[in-house]
Amino acid sequence: MNIEVIRSGPLTTVQDRGRFGYLRSGLGPSGPMDRDAFEEAARAVGNENGEAGLEMTLFGATLKFGGPCTFVVTGADMGAKLDGTPVQRGVPVTAFAGQTLACGFAADGCRGYFAVRGGIDVPVVMNSRSTNLKCRLGGLDGRSLKDGDVLRVPDQAASGEQVSAGSTVASETGKQPVYGHSVTVRVIRGPQDDYFTAAGMATFLSSSYKVSVQSDRMGIRLEGPMIESRGGTDIVSDGIAFGSVQVPAGGQPIILMADRQTTGGYAKIATVVTADLPLLAQRKPGDEVHFTEVTVEEIQKEIRRKAAKPVSIFGILRGLFWE
Amino acid sequence: MDMKIMPAGDEALVVQFGDSIDEKINRQVHALAGWVELQRFRGVRELLPTYRSLLVFYDPRVILYDRLKKDLSRFSEEDSAAALAHTRTLLVPCCYEDPYGPDLLAMEPLTGLSRSEIVKIHSSVDYKIYMLGFLPGFVYLGGLDPRIAAPRLKTPRTKIPARSVGIGGSQTGVYPMDSPGGWRLIGSTPLEFYDPKREEPILCKAGEYIRFVPISVPEYNLIREETEKGVYEPTYMEAPQR
Repeated sequence: MNIEVIRSGPLTTVQDRGRFGYLRSGLGPSGPMDRDAFEEAARAVGNENGEAGLEMTLFGATLKFGGPCTFVVTGADMGAKLDGTPVQRGVPVTAFAGQTLACGFAADGCRGYFAVRGGIDVPVVMNSRSTNLKCRLGGLDGRSLKDGDVLRVPDQAASGEQVSAGSTVASETGKQPVYGHSVTVRVIRGPQDDYFTAAGMATFLSSSYKVSVQSDRMGIRLEGPMIESRGGTDIVSDGIAFGSVQVPAGGQPIILMADRQTTGGYAKIATVVTADLPLLAQRKPGDEVHFTEVTVEEIQKEIRRKAAKPVSIFGILRGLFWE
Repeated sequence: MDMKIMPAGDEALVVQFGDSIDEKINRQVHALAGWVELQRFRGVRELLPTYRSLLVFYDPRVILYDRLKKDLSRFSEEDSAAALAHTRTLLVPCCYEDPYGPDLLAMEPLTGLSRSEIVKIHSSVDYKIYMLGFLPGFVYLGGLDPRIAAPRLKTPRTKIPARSVGIGGSQTGVYPMDSPGGWRLIGSTPLEFYDPKREEPILCKAGEYIRFVPISVPEYNLIREETEKGVYEPTYMEAPQR
């Protein structure tokens, strides 16, 4: 079946879990900015094999279903409505042929996710369906969606077991996330923290930074008190992780996100912990970000504790990459 | 061997051998990458070798930072020699004639050399691929002769055509796709350094060597045609013992 893109919104891209294995070739992983919301959506519709969904930014898409299907929206609150009936985030809904899902402005958060059972069928490029905008590959012809696009989705039987639109039946948790306008994220010092003065590090860890309008899928640019370096922040280029906080000459930090470059030539004062990256992904321009320091030992203890509970399939699959 | 291991967040660590662009340091980086691959450490997901460090991505639910740090500390110089068994050189045909290499003439006064001397110097070196980065398939090469080093353009071009060969400061390389950039363009290769439709999309790997071979415009067109049809076979030459 097809899904017709009536209105694409300003930046809607096809994403799966990401394109792994090509970092050393200069190709970043892309994938969702907010992995938690992406995985929640995938789980809700039974997509357990890394099927692709949509990431919508600031303003959601309007989609017309060409056949029956089960879908869900998660992440930012975009006031989703199916033929005018409100759709709760995190609750899978069955749509019938001809129905229209309309998402609007993100009243809370920045990025909304749409998943449909079976996933969006675009060609796999270098092991992934994720759109990489900079390299113009993956997703739909390597670009963001535009009005009139048609998305292919595996046909689905119109069985009656699913929850229908407007139902008040909640998912397992029934939780609707609240993102707000201010967030504190945990960071691990380094690897180039020695490029900064003690005063510079103190500024970084005690100040409030504002999310710049120039932020995108590559990086969240922050504006605030200048971080003092010892003698400049140019380094011989080395590798960048999801959440690396680099500080260019101007002293304003940039947090490198899903569409980051693989390598960079600015000192990295710290790295945001993985669990807090989704909070950053939901920041709108103008929102506030604060940093607080943790050690790698502390955070990995927490990761182990959580892993003792049911583990996300995402994590297991990625852990098996080499095993 | 000066090896420093530091966390890069909770899912990666960086092994740093120095902070300069140096052949010996870079050799250690690639040796470590090769050694880690052979060891098949549980929980290691992906490796990213750069000029002077190796970024190791891992799953903290399988292996903790302290444990992996200890494991990696076992790497020694002897492993370094063993992991670097091969050296061959990929021959990269490059047309330095018009209309390619629009900045070649302007480089004459900058270098005090004639166009043909610049070409001769540029094409007589085995360049080591220190790392790939910036764009898929973008090679950072070591070994440019200082005589033909030239500063980047004051105003970068907004669009450099794919496969352009350029010089920027003391570096030389190939633009794998259309991209903005400030390097001086001295030629063009008919080869695709990056082709997502190819079975192996990236032409070369970090740690390998390449050498540019001057070709004429008709040769360029011929190889280009073969490359587009997917029938061109890259040629390699045995590299001199180092």
